[in-house]
This record gives sequence, structure tokens and C-alpha cells, in this order.
Amino acid sequence: MKRFLGFVVKEFYHIFRDYRTLLILFGLPAIQLLLFGFVITNEIKNAKIAILDQSRDEVTRRISEKVLSSGYFILEKNLRSSGEIGQVFRQGNVKLVLIFGPDFAKNLDKTGNAKVQIIGDASDPNTANILVNYIQGILSNYIISLNAEKIPLQIIPEVRMLYNGQMKGVYMMVPGLMAMLLMLISALMTSLSITKEKELGTMELLLVSPLKPVQIIIGKVFPYVFLAFADACIIIILGNTVFGVPVVGSVALLLAESFLFICMALSLGILISTITNSQQIAMMISLVALMLPTILLSGFIFPVENMPLVLQWFCHIMPPKYFITIIKSIMLQGNGFRHIAFETGILAGFTLLFIFISVKKFRIRLA
Amino acid sequence: MYRAEAENIIVVKDLVKKFGSFIANDHLSFEVKKGEIFGFLGANGAGKTTAIKILCGLSYPTSGSLNVGGFDIYREREKIKKNIGYMSQKFSLYDDLTVFENIRFYAGIYGLRRKVIEERASGLMEKLDMKEARDMLIRDIPLGWKQKLAFSVAIIHNPKIVFLDEPTGGVDPVTRRQFWDMIFEASREGITVFVTTHYMDEAEYCDRVSIMVDGKIAALDTPEKLKSIYGASSMNEVFLKLARIKVE
Repeated sequence: MKRFLGFVVKEFYHIFRDYRTLLILFGLPAIQLLLFGFVITNEIKNAKIAILDQSRDEVTRRISEKVLSSGYFILEKNLRSSGEIGQVFRQGNVKLVLIFGPDFAKNLDKTGNAKVQIIGDASDPNTANILVNYIQGILSNYIISLNAEKIPLQIIPEVRMLYNGQMKGVYMMVPGLMAMLLMLISALMTSLSITKEKELGTMELLLVSPLKPVQIIIGKVFPYVFLAFADACIIIILGNTVFGVPVVGSVALLLAESFLFICMALSLGILISTITNSQQIAMMISLVALMLPTILLSGFIFPVENMPLVLQWFCHIMPPKYFITIIKSIMLQGNGFRHIAFETGILAGFTLLFIFISVKKFRIRLA
Repeated sequence: MYRAEAENIIVVKDLVKKFGSFIANDHLSFEVKKGEIFGFLGANGAGKTTAIKILCGLSYPTSGSLNVGGFDIYREREKIKKNIGYMSQKFSLYDDLTVFENIRFYAGIYGLRRKVIEERASGLMEKLDMKEARDMLIRDIPLGWKQKLAFSVAIIHNPKIVFLDEPTGGVDPVTRRQFWDMIFEASREGITVFVTTHYMDEAEYCDRVSIMVDGKIAALDTPEKLKSIYGASSMNEVFLKLARIKVE
């Protein structure tokens, strides 16, 4: 035990004497959270648009006013002819052009059929889609208000968004970031610190010593359990204080699940370090093989349901996916353990699997 | 010091190590006597490092019986570990720890008590004339110091045997000579030294040397005997003759 403690103390020296490690450990979570929280958002505000009003009557003016006062759009330019449309898009500022056909009010009144065209800049398809939807919403609201008395049959849905009433993107970011950063710190840092000993040749000395291989490995990952756990807390606290992301469910359960996920990532880190002897390769594997799937295939940014079937299968073997489900369930929906038992089981299964393979690999390497 | 009547501290019989179809160690058999400096020579790739790794427990033999320090290498690995020291060609110390912290760490993993560690560390620094470097980081001290420190750390727990795998690579001749003084001193204190090298001048310092060629032991005796057997004036010549036999 005393030998083991000495070993852990040494590990902490390594970590605290390397400012780059410290920066990754404590700077990264804060910076990432702030970046993802503030910068990456699906909501679009103040998009610049141009309007070509060929009829210039009361109705088109009222619709334009509604559009511009919605908060989503800013009028960049009033166009005079359709020839200007291409030019205004090419200049690049304008994301959308709204065109009212000639005699808009007259047609609306007489035939009930007025023409309006929406042209979006689909070089950024997501933004174009969202903006077009906004405008369509505004138009149909206007029609409904216009016909409020005339049409007897109407379906007016009353929409309520549960668990994230204001539809804040950051509610989604905090669970995703937890998964990503815990994965990064646990898997990357441990695989780096173990391969570093191999590169230096100190691993041989440790293996020659009376320390058991298990003690060496646990001694190496032990500090990272603490640090990753501290990071999980930092993310939860920052998410709560800066972005107002709540923890509806049990904090203890949330921390326990984070602990399980950390163990999973650590065992993955150990597995990586049994595959390679070089820090560089360990880093490549961690970054490319772990980070990209964590970001892309975990449902963190892109919904799993939209992916092709084959990719969906891949998603199901990504541990972070289950962890994200778990934290969302606890933080936002306030669910208890019963609801996340399945996901918890899967994470535990992954942990055991990785440890099992590592032990096998370790034996083979020694022989 | 080699004495034929001294007890055997390492006994190797028919050691074979294969990597796939490649035979790194081909039926090695030899004994090392307690307290001697045993030189394990051979060209690069002759199988020296493979053999030393097996003796230290870093790698398993394919077959053969091995006894190190009176313990069986298959069944009593843990006991062997407590009784040996090892130093590799990389002078493996932690760059980001100080001289003292390195000593404390390595002594600690051999289970030495804090008081003993303090004593040995200060004794060591006195001896190596490194007192002012006690709190310097390893990355800031010269290579020669690092090498001496790595050796001192390898024997800090007073092992019965110390294995040195090319301990003098990359240092200048003066430092090498000083390093050998440390080896002699350890040997005088009763530690058996098992050393691999490819510097033939160092072979002259050994009590006995074995010369490996292509995974086999081509010759094993005291440097004087080997020189007279092969009619050579230096170990370098002996080595070249053996290598030439192999080529023919």
C-alpha cells in the first residue's frame, strides 16, 4: 500500500509540473463549455434579408413589418427589380430574399390567391431551412389573423416544450460536453501517461520492480479518476451558473453515473496503451477514433434517428451515446435510476469488456 | 570477483526464446557465480537484450530452466523481483522529477522505509558529489550524472544481482571509466553484476565474459583465457575472430 501511495504521489507530480497537462485538464473544460454554449447555437437571430416588393400595398407593407419586427431578420436592402436578386446574394450578406408578386393585396382580396416567393441561400442549408421556416410561420400567422372570423374550422395547436422550455441549445451542450471531455481526459491522458513510461523506458524498471502490473496500471490511472471527476463537477457547476442548465434529478446519481463513465473511459485509455508503445499513436487513436465518434455519432450534435441505418448501428456501440442519454435523463427530466438502468448496465459492460481485453493484451505482450 | 568455488547465483539451462520462427536465444546454458562481474557480449541483434529481459522477468522464455538468485523464474518471479536491480540503456529516470524525488520514488517501490531512504539518498549524493543537485530536475543535469544516478538507483535496495543492459551507451570514455569504478565498487560490496555491452574495452573489466553470436554462446571464459585460446592481444580481436568463424 505504501509503495502504491508513493506511486500515486509521483503521478501527481507529473501532472502538476506539466502546465500543458494542467491546461488540458482544467482550461479545456471551461473554454469548451463557454465556446459550445455561446457560439454553437441553432437559433438564428438578426439574419440579413432583402425584400422585393412589386406591389407596394398595405398588405405587403404589413407583412414586411411583421417579418422585420420578429427579431429574426434585419432588412439589408429594398430591391427594385428581380435582376438585383442574384447580385445581392453574390455579395454574400443577404441570406434570404422575400418577393411579393404584383397586385398582392388586390389578388388576395379578389381571388384569395396572392403570390409570394421566398428565396434562400442554400450554400448553408441549415440556416436557409430555418430562415425559410421562420418566414413561412410569420406568413401563416398573418393569414390566420386575417381570416380569424371567416374560417370556421381551424386547428390551432398549443405547443409546450417539456424539460427545456426555452429550447436552449446549451441544455444539449452540457451533457454532450461532459461525455466528450470526460472521454478526452480519461482516455487520452491515461493512454498518454502510460505510453510515456514506455517511451522513457521507465515502464521496464517498474515491471522489474516488486510492483505488480495491476498496481502500476491502477497507480497510473488513479489520479485521473480524481481529475476527471473534478472536471465533471466544473462542467455541471459552470453549466448551472453561467447557462442556467438545471440538475432536476439527484446530484448523487449524476455523479455516480459520471464516475462509471470515467471508469469506462479510463479502461479504454488503458486498452489503447496496450496496443501502442508511442505517445503519438496513442494521441492519434484517442483523438480520431474516440473524439470524432463521440461528437458525431453520440447524438450530441446530430440526431441519431436521422442517420443511415448502418451508421445508427455504429451509434449503438458508442459508449458516450448511453452516457449522454443518462445525463439528460437525470439533469433535465429528473429521472431516477430505474429509468437509466439499461444504459448504466451497458456502460458497465463496456468497462468490463475493455478491462478484459487489456488484461489479455498485457499478458500477450509480456510473453 | 570470480571464484570457481563460489555458489551459482544464476543458472541457465537450455534457454530458448523464439519470436515466431525467429530464434533469438538458441539453447543458452551458463552459470554466473556470486559476486562476479559477468560480461554478456555480442553484436547488435545477437540476442543479448532478449536474454537479459528474460532473466529480469520482463519476458517469458519459450523453454529452458532458469534460476535467478536461488529462485525459479517460472514459479518465484515475485521473489526474484525483490532481489534484482535493473538499469537499461535509456538511463530511465523521470525528467520532471528532481534528483531526490527520483531516488525516493525508486526506493519507495522497493518498500524501503522513509528514514532509510533519507539516509541512503544523502549518502548517495555525498558519494556522487551531487549534493547541490538534490533539488534539480533530472532534465537539467548532465548525461553523465544521470547515468551514475540511474545505476545508484538500480542498486538502492541492495539487490543480490544487478542487470545492466548496455549501461554506457552514448557517454564519453572518461565518464565510462568512472562508471566502471562504480560497478567495481558494487561488486566489492557483494552485488553480482550482469552487464551487456558492445564496447570490447569494457569486456576486459569483466571477471568472465560470454560472447553471443547468432543467438548462441560462442565462447565463455575469463578475458585472459579467451585471449590465449584465440591467440589474441585484446578482447576486440577475440570478438572479431569469433565473428569471422561465424561468417565462414
